[in-house]
Amino acid sequence: MTDSIKLQVKNLNFYYGAFHALKNINMNIPAGKVTAFIGPSGCGKSTLLRIFNRMFELYPNLRAEGELLLDGKNILGRDIDVNLLRAKVGMVFQKPTPFPMSIYDNIAFGIKLYERLPKSEMDDRIEWALKKAALWEEVKNKLKQSGHSLSGGQQQRLCIARAVANRPEVLLLDEPTSALDPISTAQIEELVHELKENYTIAIVTHNMQQAARVSDYTAYMYLGDLIEFGETDAIFTAPKQKATEDYITGKFG
Amino acid sequence: MSTQLSSSTQKPRTNLDPLFRLITRCFAFLVLALLAAILLSLIQGATPAIKHFGLGFLTNASWDPVAQEFGALVPIFGTLITATIALIIGVPVSFGIAMFLTELCPLQLRRPLGVAIELLAGIPSIIYGMWGLFVFAPWFADHVQPWMMETLGAIPGIGLLFQGLPMGIGVFTAGLILGIMVIPFIASVMRDVFEVVPPMLKESAYGLGATTWEVVRHVVLPYTKTGVVGGIMLGLGRALGETMAVTFVIGNAYQISAGLFNPSNSIASSLANEFAEAEGELYLSALIELGLILFFITFVVLACSKLLLLRLKAGEGKES
Amino acid sequence: MDNALYRRRRLVNSFNKTMSFLTVAFGLFWLVWILYTLLKLGLGGLSLDVFTQITPPPGSQGGLANAIYGSLLMTLFGTLIGTPVGILAGVYLAEFGNRGWLAPTTRFINDILLSAPSIVIGLFIYEVYVVSVGHFSGWAGSLALSLLVIPVVVRTTENMLRLVPNSLREAASALGAPQWKVIMSVTLRASKAGVITGILLAVARISGETAPLLFTALNNQFWNSNMNAPMANLPIVIFQFAMSPYEDWHTLAWAGSLLITFSVLTLNILARWFGSQQTSSH
Repeated sequence: MTDSIKLQVKNLNFYYGAFHALKNINMNIPAGKVTAFIGPSGCGKSTLLRIFNRMFELYPNLRAEGELLLDGKNILGRDIDVNLLRAKVGMVFQKPTPFPMSIYDNIAFGIKLYERLPKSEMDDRIEWALKKAALWEEVKNKLKQSGHSLSGGQQQRLCIARAVANRPEVLLLDEPTSALDPISTAQIEELVHELKENYTIAIVTHNMQQAARVSDYTAYMYLGDLIEFGETDAIFTAPKQKATEDYITGKFG
Repeated sequence: MSTQLSSSTQKPRTNLDPLFRLITRCFAFLVLALLAAILLSLIQGATPAIKHFGLGFLTNASWDPVAQEFGALVPIFGTLITATIALIIGVPVSFGIAMFLTELCPLQLRRPLGVAIELLAGIPSIIYGMWGLFVFAPWFADHVQPWMMETLGAIPGIGLLFQGLPMGIGVFTAGLILGIMVIPFIASVMRDVFEVVPPMLKESAYGLGATTWEVVRHVVLPYTKTGVVGGIMLGLGRALGETMAVTFVIGNAYQISAGLFNPSNSIASSLANEFAEAEGELYLSALIELGLILFFITFVVLACSKLLLLRLKAGEGKES
Repeated sequence: MDNALYRRRRLVNSFNKTMSFLTVAFGLFWLVWILYTLLKLGLGGLSLDVFTQITPPPGSQGGLANAIYGSLLMTLFGTLIGTPVGILAGVYLAEFGNRGWLAPTTRFINDILLSAPSIVIGLFIYEVYVVSVGHFSGWAGSLALSLLVIPVVVRTTENMLRLVPNSLREAASALGAPQWKVIMSVTLRASKAGVITGILLAVARISGETAPLLFTALNNQFWNSNMNAPMANLPIVIFQFAMSPYEDWHTLAWAGSLLITFSVLTLNILARWFGSQQTSSH
């Protein structure tokens, strides 16, 4: 692996109460690439993603141990400001989650949290984010309409625009196309491809073809263990582990 | 479902379904008729007063059984002002409680605290009244009122509100106790609607780096606004019609003044105090007209809230 | 990245979180104060006499037996009259109320009745019943209370029936059961715990009500089982005694308050328990 490292996972363990959900994970996520996490449901891939922005802390009885270095700094440390971390690590969810406000305000929401921009700059930034998410052409004439008025695929792209508008360094995509039709899915995948120039992307998917299509690196997880991690081409053509091979060839899972 | 079934496939026996349907329909109609009956009987009872005083009844501030002169202005004013105070106190507090119970509270404390707040609703109103008169009012008069009159009363403008006789009872005390009484109603509605906000939606806001307060203010509250408005209206309805608690502490004086520490009267407390002892047709009928006005006010509040809810729902657009 | 902005946001957040905590403390403060007052003043007045003696004239010994009895009687009859009406109307709304004008109108009217001031309900019964028979009576009180029961029961019955999955109705109909039978012996039975919750909530509501009894049941200082005569009841006796200048009447009023509050709270907790049975069975 020659790329520079963005996120370094070191001896990471995670517990739901007494349940040991992630077992001693070690991996390096390279900068400016797409890393896919695959594996059967319950393998811990979404859980891992939710540690990257400490989203798990919203719920009681969840505990992470070990280290998670973002640009060399441990984000699980006590001195880390969770809000600032989350502004730096954007997230998109399984289902589109437009806020109950207009398209414009949906995107302005995150920007206003950290920056005070004059109206014209704000407009520019929103246009920029919507263009990044390949949504501008479709919504430029109805920015004042509710985010709920868009189709499912458009809503999901709105959510990506919302995350991008904050200018994060890392984008976490948690099964972003699981609620979408094939055409919208293709649009999102293409978007992921374009976005990786500027962002480090981690995507969880249960669709192996999708992982093969969009990612540079792939991690296969099973029951809380990281079984295999490497370049996507290698994983899909010549997996080193028997378990990985069984999973991607559909013998199992 | 079974409507298609009943015709051909059944053995020839008496089909009781239409009868059953008719019976339940009659009872549904009875509920409807009840309201009509209440309205009609109140109007009928109030007719002598309506004929005698006309619309002037609403604007006349004197209430003098001896001179047979009756005006509803003071009780209407008292009812509205105490309910307003109740909402000013009750709504923010309920919101805070709902926010605490859904976003901040440790899981183990959530249920016990929620039940404790709901217990406030289980205390009968007459108990609030007795406690207010015998326990709260003396304490309030000795320890809080003088201080409020000195500090808040000194502020130009709103200072006028915090004037009056520091006796513990009066409009402010009635409003405060009503406020406490409506808290459990509003808070439990708010908590219930806050709880149904999809976790993923909240996570999206947290994921952008929003604080708990910002998530509640900009995501949870807009998402649940119809439910929140419904809860507030429920509380307002309670506050307007509450009788016993107010009767004990409002002071029962037919007067209007800017100072909230002065005694006044509300529609419900006028009725509670005077109806059983009222002599003479005009007196009785004036009291019944008061009841009719109270009924009308709560009806308007409810109808407004329903309309508001419809408009809010339409404004929200497609909701997934 | 605007540091001043972020500092302000964090400040606002901490402030609001603190306020939120304080509002809970505010709510609990009153609850504790009221319950403490009730226990302190109520337990002092509570003795066996309260349950065996009738209400005394000022200055002599006595209890609340007649008032307790009257309250029980009127609550019982109020519930017995109101519940069947409420359940049947609720059945109509849930099972037949999907089309036509009657159901939505009734639902709206029921909401109005639910939030109608209870004192107005008292006025209504006074107008239509007390005036026509010419005297206050236990029946009048029961009728007024039943009008408070109806909307509560209608609302919960409808909501609970709607929780019953349609597949259950279809399964029963598929066996050839006529609709009335499906509703009476399957749907209603499936939502039994929920309907009972509604009834208990209604009973809790009426057992603490004072206002609708003021001009219907009035009061009676003697032992009375005749529903056709004015009837003593706890709330009115408490009202009368509390408003009086006599110390011993005050003591009895506090004892009565303690009784009434803890019965209502118990009913509420029972209702909650039944309610949790209903939701856990689905």
